[in-house]
Amino acid sequence: MGSIPRFWRENPSRYNLVGVKCENCGRVFFPPREICPVCHRESIGKMKRLALSGKGTVYSYTIVQDAHPQFEMLKPYVLAMVEMEEGVKITSQIIDVEPEDVRIGMKVEAVMRRLGAEGNSGILHYGYKFRPVNEQE
Amino acid sequence: MRDVAIIGIGDTKFGELWDSSLRRIGIEAGIAAISDAGISGDEVDALYVGNMSAGRFIEQEHVAALIADYAGLTKNHIPAVRVEASGASGALALREGYLSVASGEYDIVVVGGAEKMTDVGDEDITNIQAAAMDQEWESVFGATLPSLYAMMARRYMHEYGATREQFASVPVKNHANAAKNPKAQYRRAIKPETVLNATMVADPLGMFDCAPNSDGAAAVVLAPMEIAKKYTDTPIRIAGSGQASDSLALHQRRDILTMDATVYAVRRALKQAKKEVKDIQVAELNDNYTISEILALEDIGFVEKGKGAEFSHSGQTAIDGRIAVNTSGGLKARGNPIGATGIAQAVEIVRQLRGDAGERQVDGAQVGLTHNVGGTGATAIVHILEVA
Repeated sequence: MGSIPRFWRENPSRYNLVGVKCENCGRVFFPPREICPVCHRESIGKMKRLALSGKGTVYSYTIVQDAHPQFEMLKPYVLAMVEMEEGVKITSQIIDVEPEDVRIGMKVEAVMRRLGAEGNSGILHYGYKFRPVNEQE
Repeated sequence: MRDVAIIGIGDTKFGELWDSSLRRIGIEAGIAAISDAGISGDEVDALYVGNMSAGRFIEQEHVAALIADYAGLTKNHIPAVRVEASGASGALALREGYLSVASGEYDIVVVGGAEKMTDVGDEDITNIQAAAMDQEWESVFGATLPSLYAMMARRYMHEYGATREQFASVPVKNHANAAKNPKAQYRRAIKPETVLNATMVADPLGMFDCAPNSDGAAAVVLAPMEIAKKYTDTPIRIAGSGQASDSLALHQRRDILTMDATVYAVRRALKQAKKEVKDIQVAELNDNYTISEILALEDIGFVEKGKGAEFSHSGQTAIDGRIAVNTSGGLKARGNPIGATGIAQAVEIVRQLRGDAGERQVDGAQVGLTHNVGGTGATAIVHILEVA
């Protein structure tokens, strides 16, 4: 799905987890948005870029068995909603883990991985996925 | 604003209708509704059509004009409007048609909903359904529509201790109802074990936790109440119409276990109708997944938050229960031709309020509710219908 610019223009957020912070109310949003849905007009010009730490906990998850054709090779894979340290939630896959070992509340960190490709021989797309954090380290 | 009534209804059988095209099912439903209302085609002032994605299912856009054309309505060159809000396309078409009559702009309006899904394969359908979500921040990362609902289900089980057995009561009840509905896609009762042992789609949701892919169409005819009695002895009044929106991506919601769009749509519809939840005897809810019907029971206010799964499992949503839910069989068993669903819900409630629902009739039904959702809850639309 999509053209090269469609992916390229989102790279800052997909590579480096760049979101925004409303300097009027302090709320953090990901991906970036131009207007704070709480402060409206007061937020114009005050939505400042903010790179997320990449650390969070699993808020909910599922093991996907019936996938889009482009993810056929991965299935079954774990899709999760992760609550980031900054309070925002993000949806992506959890990797480097057995699906049955994933739990709500598990600590995870973002890593950059291949997300997909344009057809069979087109350009590759990269972005964040999450992996478990070993708390002993 | 004028009072508006539904004076005619029509629908096709739902299912895998390989021998029928989109235009053919759209017209079949429309003609049935016009015949039921006893009007002539020359009396129709405008047509509204709910359709999610004909452009991707059959590579045909501009479907409102197409259906007006093949319905023979081009003679008078009436306005024909296609309306889209993913899974809520049908209810949104009904609401737009309702507003056009209530405002005084038109008198007789036909509102149809139609979707032809099975001309493409299952994998394509998965991709097309996903277009109702946030493509850039959900689908790209591997999310499918059922996987997002699965995350609601998992979190619900975590927070409230609900079980898959409780969820299974939803399709068991809806299949039992569909067995009594000649227009339904799946006219057979199922056991809880069938739901629990089905192939997983996105854990904890299996095949029987998910509504099927369907072809089908439904239509209603609207008229101002002051002339409705001229056409029918049983006009059904649209007492309230409420719509609300929310963030497109599930992860940006205030709470993934409350569809705020449903909460606001219900509040607006009930306020307009000057009614309370306890006044409703029959409801068609958006059970595209089992968790959806559970959340809808709570968000509408039939039961408090966290108690929906238990409420359903204890039989209180059966035809003879405290509130009869999805007497048609719902999206799960009547079928879910996306754009047609919101209209089919209204058709079922009209049948109930006219006393024409046969074996699945709810005794003494006077007030009914329809609830239609787009995507994971970025659009919700609620209508309150009552015997006039």
